[in-house]
Order: sequence, then C-alpha cells, then structure tokens
Amino acid sequence: MDYISITNLSKKFEGNGQIVPALQGINLTLSRGEFACLLGPSGCGKSTLLNAVAGFIQPSSGEIVVDGRPVIEPGPERGVVFQEYAIFPWMTVYRNIAFGLEIQGSSATETAGRVDALLDKLGLREFRDRFPKDLSGGMRQRVAIARLLAIDSPVMLMDEPFGALDALTRRTLQDELLRIWRESGKTILFVTHSIEESLYLANRIVVMTYRPGTIKHDQTVTMEYPRDPAGVEFNELKRELGRLVMEEQERHTRDEMKMV
Amino acid sequence: MPLILLIIWETTCRAGVVSPIMLPSPSAIVIKWVEWLRSGELLVDVLGSLGRVTGGFLLGAVLALPLGLFMGASPRIYEYFNPIVQVLRPIPPIAWIPMSILWFGLGNPPAIFLISLGAFFPILMNTIAGVQNVDGIYLRAARNLGAGRGTMFRRVILPAATPYILAGIRIGIGTAFIVVIVSEMIAVNNGLGYRILEAREFMWSDKIIAGMVTIGLLGLAIDQIMNALNNYLLRWHRGLDT
Repeated sequence: MDYISITNLSKKFEGNGQIVPALQGINLTLSRGEFACLLGPSGCGKSTLLNAVAGFIQPSSGEIVVDGRPVIEPGPERGVVFQEYAIFPWMTVYRNIAFGLEIQGSSATETAGRVDALLDKLGLREFRDRFPKDLSGGMRQRVAIARLLAIDSPVMLMDEPFGALDALTRRTLQDELLRIWRESGKTILFVTHSIEESLYLANRIVVMTYRPGTIKHDQTVTMEYPRDPAGVEFNELKRELGRLVMEEQERHTRDEMKMV
Repeated sequence: MPLILLIIWETTCRAGVVSPIMLPSPSAIVIKWVEWLRSGELLVDVLGSLGRVTGGFLLGAVLALPLGLFMGASPRIYEYFNPIVQVLRPIPPIAWIPMSILWFGLGNPPAIFLISLGAFFPILMNTIAGVQNVDGIYLRAARNLGAGRGTMFRRVILPAATPYILAGIRIGIGTAFIVVIVSEMIAVNNGLGYRILEAREFMWSDKIIAGMVTIGLLGLAIDQIMNALNNYLLRWHRGLDT
C-alpha cells in the first residue's frame, strides 16, 4: 500500500533569465512507517523534493499524493523539521510545543498534559519556561521535533535537521529520533548529505543525481537497529553509496568550476 | 562634572556677570520651580501636556499599527497606500499647524491631531518594515502547523515584528513630545509649552528654564518606562542579552 506516492514530479526554477531544472521525472513511493533518506550533494534537489511534499512549493508537473490526498498546500499531517532553527523565538519552549495543539482547539488541560509528557520524553522538562535563545542547537531541534509530536503528524519531513550540530549531539538526537520512529510508527522522509547518517537511520536510501535531480539509486537497508557504524555491512554499503554520491558530487564541482 | 558646571553657573550668576534675565542662577530656577509646584499650576501643566501626548500618541498608534500590519503583509495594500504615505510623511507636523487650527479651531483638538500625526508616521513605517522583515521560515513553520490567517497575524507576524514596532513607538513618543510643546505654544492655554511661552512674555527666565527642565525630566521618565516595556516584551530577543 503506497502511503506517499510521487508521480512524474518535475520542478523548474526560473531566475536571472535562466531556467534551472531542479527535479525531473521523480517517481517514488513510500509505505506507511518507512524511514527514507534522500541523499545527494547540494544542488541535487533533495530539499526541493521535501518542500514539494510539505506543500511549500508547487511542482511544475506531476503529482504528490499522501494518504490518498493530493498535496496542494502545507498541513499539520505533514510536519516539517527545518534545517534552520524554526521554533518561534518569542515563545517559551512550552508555548512552542503547544502551538499546533492550540490551533487545533485542544483544551488547556489537554494541551498541558500532552506538552508536559513530551517535555519529559525529550528531556526538555527543565527548559519548559525558557526561551529558545537560552537553548543549545540540539535542544532547539528537540523542541522542533516535540512540536510535531504534539500534533501527532503521521508524516515527518526533516530537512538536514541535525546538520548544524556537533557529532556527539547529532548521534544522541539520531538515537532519539530512531526511538521515536520505532515507538510511533511514523513515516519519515529525511534529507541529508551524510552517507553515514542515512545508513544509521533509514531503512530506505534514495540517492539523487545532481541537477536535474532524478533518482539515481534506491537502496533498501535491512540492517538491524541499533546499527554499528563500524560494522562490516554498514561499511560495505557506505562504500557503495559513497561511490554513487561522489559521482554526483563531481558533477556538482565541475559545474561550480564552470561558473567561476 | 555636572556638579562642577552647576557651581560655575551659580557663582557666575551670583557675581552679577550675567543678568538674571539672560541666565538665571540654578538656585533661582529651583526656587521658582518649587513655587510653581506649590501653586498647583505645575501639576495642571504637566498633566495637561501628558494627557495630550497620551491621547495624540494613542490615536496615532491605533491608526498606524493596523495599517502598518496590513501594508507590511499585503503588497497590494502597500502599493495602494504607499504613494500617499510617501508624500505626507516628509511634511513635519509643525507645517500642519495652520490647517489644523482652521479645521479644529483652538484648544485640545488641533493639538491632539498634530501629536497623533507626529506619532503616526514613525510607527507606521517601522511596523511595515517589521512585518516585511519577518523571517519566512517562521511563516512556513506556522503554516505547516496549521495556522490560519488570524493566528498567523496574532501569534507569528505581530511578535516577530515587535522589535521594529517598539523602535517605531519609541521614535513616535519622541516626536509626540516635541509636537505637544509646539502645539501648546500655539493652540492651547495650559501645559508646559504654553507656560514657558507665557513666562517669556514676562521675562521670567527662571520659569522658562524650570519648564524646560521639567520637560527634560518627563522625557527621561517616559524613556525609562519604554525601556522597561522593551525589556519585558523583548525578553525573548537575543539582542538584549548582556
């Protein structure tokens, strides 16, 4: 059963009199509960694809259907964790997490119960009434994740959410995300340029080509969790995916050299 | 340093180097100020001026804020109002005095009109800029979480624009303060502006300076209140960390 289905999706950007084909003929289907990574160098359109699923950008052609409904605009059933820290700086941690629930008209007691449970779950309890400026990058992304868990988005779209974090914080958050995913059965589409990150997290890795973005390789990963980044299978796959990604990275580099 | 200056000022006056009309001594000013205070007139003047500032400022703010929010949020509304705003904005409120007296006569109405005009434009311009500069990532995040137009305005755009709006309010209060003194000199017969002009008629230099000092102190007090409000409303803002 296809939960997310992307059919013949293309997106062209126009600017400076040039037309840049960001995505071309993308066909991709995800089952409910899958954890899929979009992997590729910058400029491969992976974020564009994610934003199209989120409903932030309209495709030039093609269609995206999530849970039987065509995507035409953003919605809470497709929650996004952004690359930058997009939690609201003028709201406390509590208010940030409660925001989506309040929009849905949930009662104060219901909201409080839900938010407090999430604060505990993500280790944010002591930051409950703090503003984001007092939080580290890792803590802010926890809030961003909690904000989606609060409204129970069945689909989580994550755009390099841990890219700006130090290696140890990143690993901690990856582990927590895996725990949340396995407990909740959410469907996750996760953009990254880190091969290792994709192998640590996903049970499906989609490698994209550099400009126009197409699907170069679709890899199912069956390794048991928790995965060992030093293990044999992990590293065999890492080498193979690395080769694929680097081919595209070289095209990206050549393109950049031409522009100078 | 200010103390040394005061001592020099006082001694030169006492020595009779300058006439008390050109520059009264600090002690004479203080004595006059206390006399003015005890007569009850000072309170009436201060309250009169503050009342006009408050009324005019609130009127200006109440009009500027929603217009600024809409102009900032909608390019169509912006295009519609911007030409007239650009033409009216450079006209100093002072230049409106003759017309405002023709329209509203004498007394509080023209004063309040002029003050609101002085407060209106800084608040309007800053509100527009504040809304236009809201980081798109917050709008996207809010839409993603299901925010409708009302929630978006109230809980995202307005707070995100608050640093700009408060800066505009601050400038607006400053302008309102200038305009209240000028308009009292022309259209009203109480208030600090009226009183220092009246004192000039009688060559009461000590009262003029006492009035000026009062204006300065009121301005300072308002600024302190604004500071406290700023610190409270923007307690989430990184820029205020020291």
